[in-house]
Amino acid sequence: MSRTDLFLDTFFNAAVMQRYLPDIIAGFFVTCGIAVLVVLTGLLLGLLLAVVRSYRIRWINALIVIFVDLLRALPPLVLILILYFGLPNIGLTLSGYVVLWLVLSLVLAAFAEEIYWAGILSVDSGQWLAARSTGLGHFQTLIHVVLPQAIRLTVAPLTNRTIAITKNTALGMVIGVGELLNQATTAQSFAGNATPLMMATIAYLILFVPVVYAGRWIETRFAWKRA
Amino acid sequence: MEALLHQFFNWDVMVKAWPIMLKGAGLTVLLCLAVIPLGLLGGLIVALASTAKRRRVRWPVVVLVDFFRAVPPLALLIFISAGLPFAGIRLSPFAAVVLSFFLNNSAYYGEIIRAGIESIGQGQREAARSTGLNGWQTQAYVVLPQALRNVLPDLVSNTIEVVKLTSLASVVAFAELLYAAEMARSVTYNASPLVMAAAMYLLLLWPAVRLASSLEHKLRS
Repeated sequence: MSRTDLFLDTFFNAAVMQRYLPDIIAGFFVTCGIAVLVVLTGLLLGLLLAVVRSYRIRWINALIVIFVDLLRALPPLVLILILYFGLPNIGLTLSGYVVLWLVLSLVLAAFAEEIYWAGILSVDSGQWLAARSTGLGHFQTLIHVVLPQAIRLTVAPLTNRTIAITKNTALGMVIGVGELLNQATTAQSFAGNATPLMMATIAYLILFVPVVYAGRWIETRFAWKRA
Repeated sequence: MEALLHQFFNWDVMVKAWPIMLKGAGLTVLLCLAVIPLGLLGGLIVALASTAKRRRVRWPVVVLVDFFRAVPPLALLIFISAGLPFAGIRLSPFAAVVLSFFLNNSAYYGEIIRAGIESIGQGQREAARSTGLNGWQTQAYVVLPQALRNVLPDLVSNTIEVVKLTSLASVVAFAELLYAAEMARSVTYNASPLVMAAAMYLLLLWPAVRLASSLEHKLRS
């Protein structure tokens, strides 16, 4: 076999592709599903935490800062393994899907809270005072005056962070979640051929390249103007 | 409560696991020492290439960066360590980990440094050239020092991500901290070694997280 043939046979084997395409497609949709859920719960929880933090109640804010620091410092894979292997022994069994969703949502929430909070801080305090003096309450000021301006500044960093964290759905492979990478490695070991891994790589490109481009576009559109 | 303490904070298990955990932590540090400088170097090259004037230099780098930003690092790692052997390319676990993290991190550091370079006004470059510095000197003495300072918070927080990323090496049986913890867990049926690993990551990264946080807030205020 020539070099090119060997390469094609190893990474683009038509028979293997046909045989495992359904598995790869199934994994693709599992990955999409978990990613969408993580983005929804993570961004919402992060926003909620930032709103709570804006009330500046000291002990609650201390808890939020500790939560954020912990989840920024710990590798998500460590958390996934602790929940997945540790909890069953104290009588709480969560499926791999739930563990993956929970951990990634919490990690995204922590990063999102930091970004939203930085956005809220960047709105001039005069705006707060002006809004409050018109009779708006704290929450109304936040919703109608501060957040609409703050969110605009957070779009770019938030998009980048969200992409990075949703790519971590691949970690589900380690705890038996039937997502894309898991399907591909299983198929690879059955087929004795690297084609399924190539298929997974292409599937990831189909899924994330548009998002990366959207992120880039948003970044130039909403960029901080620096001197 | 007792079951919880026994399962997650078991002192006997921790004492038993200590020697291999320490070895694992050592390998994690070693991996970081290899991967962070390589990533920064790759990132610098990527950033210089993607801000180059010539289109022929620019676009292949942009395509590569987008490729590595779209593929999950674990997928890349598994491709290199389990896929390439089918094509006759067999790397040691350490080499596979370093290569895949180099590709992934260069893309991320590259994007950050590029943003820094683009934040430096054209006037600075023109002024530097007019004093007689050549193109490389302008980059090295005028543009890059300011560019790197402008994106320092992002560089620090990306470096935290790189250190966390090294935990993926456990999946391909490289015996770093998380792998050691996972071994100890599967032998003792007890999650305490994993909690220990978490504590060690915290010890290593909490100061860095605080630093990143304060740098971010300083820059914005």
